[in-house]
Parts: sequence; structure tokens; C-alpha cells
Amino acid sequence: MSTSPTRTRPRTVPAHVVSNPRLGTWISVSDGRVDVHVGKVELGQGILTALHQIAADALGLPLDLVGIRTARTEGPDQGLTAGSLSVSQSTPALRYVGAAVRQLAEEAPVVEEVALRASRNHQDYVERIATLDPETNLTGFEVVNGPGPTLAVGVDVPRLDLPDKVLGRPRFLTDLRPDGLLFGRVLRPPSPAATLASVADGWTSSGVELVRDGSFLGLVGEREDDVDRGLVALASATVWDEHDSLPDEADLPAYLRSAPSEPTEVVDESPAEPTHTASYSKPYLAHASIAPSCAMARWSEDGSTVHVWSHSQGIHALRSAIAAALSLDPAVVSIEHVENAGCYGHNPADDAAFDAVLLARTVPGRPVLLRWTRPDELTWGPLSPAMTATVSARLVEGRIDGWSYDVWSQGHTSRPGYAGQPGLLATAHREGGAPLPPAADPPAAAGFGSLRNAAPAYDVGPRRIVGHRVTEAPLRTSAMRALGAFLNVFAIESFMDELAADAGLDPVDLRLAHLADPRGRAVIELAARRSGWGDPLPDSTGRGLGFARYKGTGAWCAVVAEVEVESEVRVQRLTVAADLGLVINPDGARNQLSGGAVQATSWTTTERVRFDRRTVTSRDWESYPILRFPAAPRVDVHLVDNDQPPLGSGEAAQGPTAAAIANAVHAALGVRVRDLPLTSESIVSAIETATEEE
Amino acid sequence: MTSLTVNGSRVEVDRPDDTPLLTVLRDALSLVGSRFGCGQGLCGACLVLLDGRPVTSCETPLWQAADATVVTVEGLAADGPNPVQQSLIKHQAAQCGFCISGIVVRATALLEETPDPSAEEVAAALERQLCRCGTHQRIVEAVLAARTGSA
Repeated sequence: MSTSPTRTRPRTVPAHVVSNPRLGTWISVSDGRVDVHVGKVELGQGILTALHQIAADALGLPLDLVGIRTARTEGPDQGLTAGSLSVSQSTPALRYVGAAVRQLAEEAPVVEEVALRASRNHQDYVERIATLDPETNLTGFEVVNGPGPTLAVGVDVPRLDLPDKVLGRPRFLTDLRPDGLLFGRVLRPPSPAATLASVADGWTSSGVELVRDGSFLGLVGEREDDVDRGLVALASATVWDEHDSLPDEADLPAYLRSAPSEPTEVVDESPAEPTHTASYSKPYLAHASIAPSCAMARWSEDGSTVHVWSHSQGIHALRSAIAAALSLDPAVVSIEHVENAGCYGHNPADDAAFDAVLLARTVPGRPVLLRWTRPDELTWGPLSPAMTATVSARLVEGRIDGWSYDVWSQGHTSRPGYAGQPGLLATAHREGGAPLPPAADPPAAAGFGSLRNAAPAYDVGPRRIVGHRVTEAPLRTSAMRALGAFLNVFAIESFMDELAADAGLDPVDLRLAHLADPRGRAVIELAARRSGWGDPLPDSTGRGLGFARYKGTGAWCAVVAEVEVESEVRVQRLTVAADLGLVINPDGARNQLSGGAVQATSWTTTERVRFDRRTVTSRDWESYPILRFPAAPRVDVHLVDNDQPPLGSGEAAQGPTAAAIANAVHAALGVRVRDLPLTSESIVSAIETATEEE
Repeated sequence: MTSLTVNGSRVEVDRPDDTPLLTVLRDALSLVGSRFGCGQGLCGACLVLLDGRPVTSCETPLWQAADATVVTVEGLAADGPNPVQQSLIKHQAAQCGFCISGIVVRATALLEETPDPSAEEVAAALERQLCRCGTHQRIVEAVLAARTGSA
């Protein structure tokens, strides 16, 4: 194992320590173990295992003497677990806290009795940590300890959570079974614009109590089968006023380009008249978690405080939103995170938490476990927005000299607190509620939303880059892995291949000729080499490459896809090369990159949220198909090994994978498909369009 | 009252006949290892063995399980993790893990019937098990490694 320099040097205080300066917020000791409290949450990405490794090294303790405690509102507020930032934000914070603890514990008096224990150095140290004043302000003194040796970081430490999951032990939020538990369900309106007209007079169902607040209808009961039966019965006992409110699903690019929108100009360097132009699009996509969202809430007997168990990505923002929605002091709302299925972004976890709070308020003192239905998860959860982009470039003798990019999209975040609103679904359905405002976009400093990765990494001469955020919300949208980068990288990297073809250049050569960034060049070259770029392939099979540095500030990733196109697109193999800086847990990073690439394969080849003019019709796994085992590609992940600051891996591969697949389809068929998903219908349609153009 | 055998124990359940077996397991019997994913028999997260056959318990009414033998993911680990479970852990073959108990059940049933499947046969057997995290390849590799003599 490598040993970092131990030269002491003053350090700046990391942002998450500035915002959480109290020692006791981060560190406590129980049963001879140091518990490190973090504000990041396990979404299936293995983050708690990685933070455990970082924390153990930072404290100078073996892993088994360190516990990792996930987010609670009493613990550190580290914002959202999103944007592939957990490792890059937490590493400096945990290292600083660890260095401070080492410094403080060396100064703290050694308890005599403890000092007498033979060869128990670690335990002495832990005992000294236990004596530290939790009120110590970590920003109030100079931490001079350098990083200790790295023993756990860089090692394939097994995931802490997997044994429970594989053995079927209670682990997920939906598995909680506290004393006095009640079950809850909500009956959602049948379409986005529907309002409740009536519920049958005197409606009852065995074993359930009806909760009604405007168009918000919920059920609470002692038994799960009663609430499920009640939900079916209630649906047929309600009448809704419905009307059409959705755009034409068959031509979403036309809708997005004509809808009212707000422009954001990233740059305008007045590029010259282009020689090439192309437009690309993606449909709405669903997060499609394997579990429908759930939450548990319990109000105190006197109704003055409420505790919530949630799988939200941001429990502090959720607390503020719940408090705002009910005009409560946030201090009376406490939340702890409990794992549930992977969310891949802003799914209905937060909405479910508020639903549980509303239902539990009718039964103070009793915990209510609320779960959404599968159709509600797919139709009422925020969607990844449909997008379309037009790219133009001036290509002269194989050199790009001028670039223009316009992208249209609904906003990519409607997380709790966005647009100054709680943003919780039930607020729109309660008495006096108003429709949720259209989604916003994260600012430039957070890597944008619609415009994420809209700026190419290449030297393309003068650029013009403009985003158009649609300011109406026919369907509810929010963050899904990679946000706008999925479409933007797909568009840019498809277009690079189109330019290469016109210039008669190899796509890899064209990219390298326009890319100075050595880390970017390295992953492209690594992916090309490992994939056998240029080696002959069978008929109907093609190879394509896609590349991006996520957000322009995150991980570098290049993907080569090998695709066979017969009656449908069959992705056979993906070669992923990534530079994540220092890798905390290589096996975990591979799992994340590989999973991201495979999920993006599903988005690219299979997924599309279907709807008519009234409502979403993708309501189950048949009407919203996702990639299945026989279609899953082989994925080989290659990590660049270095000791640069660590970067997240969960969103690096999605955009490059989409482009790599589309480029491989072109290599196999000679047909350019610019509208996702790359189904047999879209390929036939692209062939027809190409034929018409000729 | 409906009687059935769950993981080797005889149980009496006082729920209506049409109650999904999954609800009986999770709510009445507090066996939460079988997960609720869709309630429509389409994702496989709730898979259990009913008289040795894999079935989606969310779509199996209680009456169909009357006097039958049910084995859940917990039952497969009754004498310690079974070979599929050991191999999944060893290969770190999960991400969020919500789908994995159903996959354990399906793969265990496959290896009972076909002790030496190919990678294609494993993938085909898992076709009705959905994994959203994209962990397919590791799962297939872990199941292959759990074949008799492969561990």
C-alpha cells in the first residue's frame, strides 16, 4: 500500500466541515468503535462502503474499529446524494475530520486504566476519542496533520450491505415492521390534469380508514391486504374530472421547439456559417426503480412532532419541504434515511415521505408505512425530460472551425425546495393546492441541467451554445442520472462521427486531433486499444465510440460499443475506460461504471415513456420495458490508475454509451439514427428519411 | 384458516383466500425477504418456490398455496447461505439488491434442474427477473460460479 507524504501542512477547511463544524456531528464512540456520521446515503452505489474506507484511513484505524452511520437530520448536512459528488465532496471532509481527531486525541489525556492495557494501542486511541468534547468547533483551530497511510483506500473492500440483501434479511425501508405498524396507500388521480369530482357517499372498505384532503385520497389500515383491497375498491368509487393536457408523443421535438421556453446562453463567440447540421432527440424516460417508493412516518401522541423514515436523496431539504408544506417549524420534523431500491435520481421517494406524513397525522403515535403502486411509480414519479438538440459545425479539410449548439428540454430538477416550493406531489392534490411549478435547471456551478455537457471537450473554434428550458410542464420532470448530459453527449458524439465520416477520418483520429486534454486523450486511446478498435468484425456488426468528461469537471470516460443489428439492435460488448482520479474501491467503481453503461444501453435501445393526450400509458413493465438478462451486453471496465483527487463514477458512462451504440449502429448499417431509442422502428424510419433525402 | 408449510414450518394463516401469498409472507408472517416490486408478476422480486416450482408470490393467491410447501429466500439460507447466495456475495453481484432475492430463488431452481447451465442458459432463465442497476453480467457470472464443482 502506498503511503502518502506525512509532512504536516495547514489545510483549508473543506466546505462540508465549514457547514457542519461541530465534532460531535461527525464522530461518536460506542462499544469501542468510532462511529463516523455522514450525510450521504446508500442508493445501491456502495457509497457507505467507500466512505467507510476513507474514514478509517483518515482516523488511522482499521475498518473493524470504525462504523459508518448514514444520514439523519441530526447528523451532518452534506446536501444531496447526487451528481456523482459523494466521493469528491466527502473525501476532503472526512480526511480533515480524521486529521483533527488524530490531533485532538493525541493531546487528550490518556485515561490511566486504559493506558495500562497491554498492546491495545487502537483501543487506547478510541478511548481517547471518546473523551473529546463533541462541541469542539473543527474550524476553530488549525489542523496540521497530513493524511495518514492509505490502508483501506484503493482496496476492493466488500460491500457492507450485500449479505443482508442476498440472504433476504430485513434491510430495506419497506421491510420495517415496528410495533403498532399501520399500512398506507394513496389513490392518485387517473391523469395529470384530473381533479376529484366525488367519492361515493358513505364509502367504506373493510379494515381501512379513508383520509381525504381535496383531491388527495389515502387509506390507512392494520393489514396490508386490507389497504390493497381498499385501494381497488376506492378507485371504482371515485369520479374524476379529466381533460387532455399532454403533447403529441409522436413528435416531441416539434413540441419542445415550439413550447414557451427560457433561453440560457452559455457562450456566443460568433461561429462562422456551418457546413454541417444535424438534430437529435430523446424521449421521456422513467427512473423505473425496481421497488415502488415508500416511506414511514410517526407523529408523537400529542401531534407536536413527526419522525420520518425515507429513502430520499436529500433528507435535510425534505425536512424543510415537509415543514413548509404543513407550516411547521422544521425542528419538529426529524428524518432518518433507510435504504430502499436504487432510485437513479429524483424518483418519488420525497413524495412518498410527505404522503406518509399526511396519513400518519390521522393516527398520532402509530407508525404508518406508506407504499406507492407500480403504476403510480411509473406515471406519477418525476420523469427524465424529453430533449432535442441541433448541432452545427464548420468543417474545413478535416478541421472543425466553428460550432453551434441549441438544446430544448423541460427542466432537470424539481427536488424539494426547487422554485421556492416544497415540490411534494401531494401539495398539488390537497385542498387549495396548486399545480407543481415546471422543473428548474441546476446552475452552471452545479454543472447545469439541460445544458449539462452541452459544451464539447474538443477544440472546435468559435462556439455558440444555448439552452432553451421549456417553461411549461405537461409531464412532471426531474433529475435522472447524468441529467442533460445523456442527450447532449449522445448528440455531440454522434455528430463528431458524422463529421469524421464526411472528412474521411477515423472517428478516434478526428477526436484526438481536436482534444488537447491529456486525461481525455488517454481514456479514448485506452478504450480504443482494449476494444480492438479497427479489428475486422462480422457482417451486420459495427463498433462505435463515445467520450465525455462528465459535467466538464468530473470523471473522464470513453466507451466503445460493439453492436449487431439484425431485426433489432443487439449490444454485444461495451469497453469502458475511465479516469476517476484516486479510486477508493476499484471493484465498486467497476460495478458503478458497468451498471451505468448497461442502464444507458437500456435507455438507448429500449426505453420510452408512452402517453396519449390525456395520461401516461407506460404503467407497468410490459408497457415500459427495460433491458432483460438475455440482452445485457458484456462490459469490460478499465480504470486509469492515478492519485489525482477522487471523482464519482455513477454518471460518467451514460452519455458516452448512448453515442457509442448509435455510432456502432451506423458502422454496422451505414444508417444514422438520431432519435432515441434505437429500436427497429426508429432504424426503419431513419432509413426511410435517408432514402427520401437522396 | 389456511394451512401451509413455509420454510419447513407448518403455519396457519387467517387471511382471505384471495390474499396474495407475498402479502401473507411479508405482513402476516413477517418474512420480508421476498420483495414487492410490481404486484403484477412482471419483475420477479417476489419469487418463491411453491412445491419446488418458482412462482411470483405477488400473483399467487393464498388458496393456491393451501397445504403446499413454500420456500422463500430466507429458507434457502436456513443452513447458512446456499451456493448461489455465497457466490453472489463473493462476486459482489448486486448494486441496490432489491431484485436479488428473487434472482437467488430463480437461480437456485435453475441449478436444481440444470446443474451445469451455460451463460446463455442462465441469462435465459433469468429473463423474467428484472435488474434495474445493470448488474446482469456479474449476476450471470456468479450463478455460473455456483454450479456444482465450480465454486
